[in-house]
Amino acid sequence: MDWFPLWNSLRIAAISTIVIFFSGIYAAWYIAKLPRVLKGILDVILTLPLVLPPTVVGFFLLKMLGPYSAFGNFILKTANTRLVMEWYSAIFASVVVAFPLMYRTARGAFESFDPDLLSAGQTLGMPNWKIFWKIVLPTCKQGILAGTVLAFARALGEYGATSMIAGYTPGRTATISTTVYQLWRTGDDARAYLWVLINVAISFVVLLAINSLEASQSPKRSVQELER
Amino acid sequence: MLIAKFRKQLHTFELDVDFQAESEVLGILGPSGCGKSMTLKCIAGIETPDSGYMELDGVVLYDSVRKINLTPQDRRVGYLFQHYALFPTMTVEQNLLAGFRPDDGKDPHEEVQQAIHGLKLEGLEKKKPNMLSGGQMQRVALGRILLNQPKILMLDEPLSAMDQFLKWRVQLELLELFERLQKTVLLVTHNREEIFQLCDTVTVLTEGKNEAKQTVSELFTAPQSLSASILAGCRNFSRIEIIDQTQGIFKALDWGVTLHSSKLPLNAKHCGAYSQSFEVINGSDTGLQNIIPVTCLHRFGKGAIESLVCSTPGESSGDSVLYLELNTNKSSYPEASGEFQLTIRPEDLIFFDS
Repeated sequence: MDWFPLWNSLRIAAISTIVIFFSGIYAAWYIAKLPRVLKGILDVILTLPLVLPPTVVGFFLLKMLGPYSAFGNFILKTANTRLVMEWYSAIFASVVVAFPLMYRTARGAFESFDPDLLSAGQTLGMPNWKIFWKIVLPTCKQGILAGTVLAFARALGEYGATSMIAGYTPGRTATISTTVYQLWRTGDDARAYLWVLINVAISFVVLLAINSLEASQSPKRSVQELER
Repeated sequence: MLIAKFRKQLHTFELDVDFQAESEVLGILGPSGCGKSMTLKCIAGIETPDSGYMELDGVVLYDSVRKINLTPQDRRVGYLFQHYALFPTMTVEQNLLAGFRPDDGKDPHEEVQQAIHGLKLEGLEKKKPNMLSGGQMQRVALGRILLNQPKILMLDEPLSAMDQFLKWRVQLELLELFERLQKTVLLVTHNREEIFQLCDTVTVLTEGKNEAKQTVSELFTAPQSLSASILAGCRNFSRIEIIDQTQGIFKALDWGVTLHSSKLPLNAKHCGAYSQSFEVINGSDTGLQNIIPVTCLHRFGKGAIESLVCSTPGESSGDSVLYLELNTNKSSYPEASGEFQLTIRPEDLIFFDS
């Protein structure tokens, strides 16, 4: 049994999640503070990958990163590195597709953040970076964790854009989702079932994690209500 | 000492304030949405005015001409937010520690322990803010500010979120604190009680503009405008027509009576009277000035103070009605509803030129 697709899927999803965690929080924090019109435009652009068919995203990525594109060609010549049809190519796909989930959840959390807490930290002389890491992020922890888990789940399950930009090469670029498709196509139902089960199991764990995150919030709320 | 003189365009009006405060408790009294909180935010550096000048203890905080604008971190302003703004994920201890300035050269944990003791917060050190009562939250927020060694204390409606029972205790604690600190304190509120109970001086802020600073008792006896007197609690107003300014005789048009006051200004257009200022006359009292015959329309309230609404002989506009608060224990209290006579002492009448 070749476990490569599992390992490959997990590393792609993990690296994508790390990239999305920081870029999503950064984008959400700065865009939440922008004037309304600019915010609306950026919001649409950053959320677009969530509603576009993954094949459209894959098409764009190929046109931007492929060996015949300006950027892809430049990297190929200077670093002798191909940006497409390698295992890490799938990271580009999953980052773009899963980013909106992190961005939107984090932005929702930041928008419900009480600005007085920020002002209080400032008048007490705390530097802005410290306010962000010690007050804003812990206060918005629930939303940010939920966004991270969702982004990880989405990155793990990415198929459309991934199959276009990374293809399917057993032992090199195969992920769980592309393997399932390949096994079905070749009529290998037994092994297809196995990978389907693995995928369902992982998704199950992820959703369980989200639910327990939400549950850990509600008892606190009821204590608060009792106090009042 | 604080000098604040600045303008800032808000949605519906322009904030245009100009005041100074020494080591005193200065109240900023105004209806909600008059720019009170925005004034504090500008002083704290959370919001930036359009133009102006601010100085605190000789340090320029903001100067639009010289392009000086200190960050909130560098202003050393202690800001007590209306809902305290305690950091929800931190314990009481951690919240207090967050206020500690590292450059003070003292041991933070020792200072925090002292603050916990001084604020009677023992046993709550490890509790999160959502487990505290309103009074406890305010003490933590104050402790956090005091550990920060501010040059000025700014309080946003410090008593408005508390029930009556808690109020007088917190009020005492605040008065003790002000006494001990001997610093400039700004207190913004829409509630005259907070002004009367906590402040030395007051400036009235309406539609973004503030009136000249006066003592709290002056606000009560000589408010500078009609809106200031409403904020001070005055409920009865009448247009007037001066008959003899030197003798202090004038006609209160809405009340339909001729009255007398020794301090009648030359250009007075309105007079006002607090609902507590009126006394009921017994039949035997003669030779009194300022008599108003009234008819009782409504009476309500069951306590020691009863409220009455009475009609006067004046023109039947809304202002021709008098609102009274009478002490039911007084012998002169009118027996039943109906017609009776009121008097008001000449010095209890207040005048406005608007």
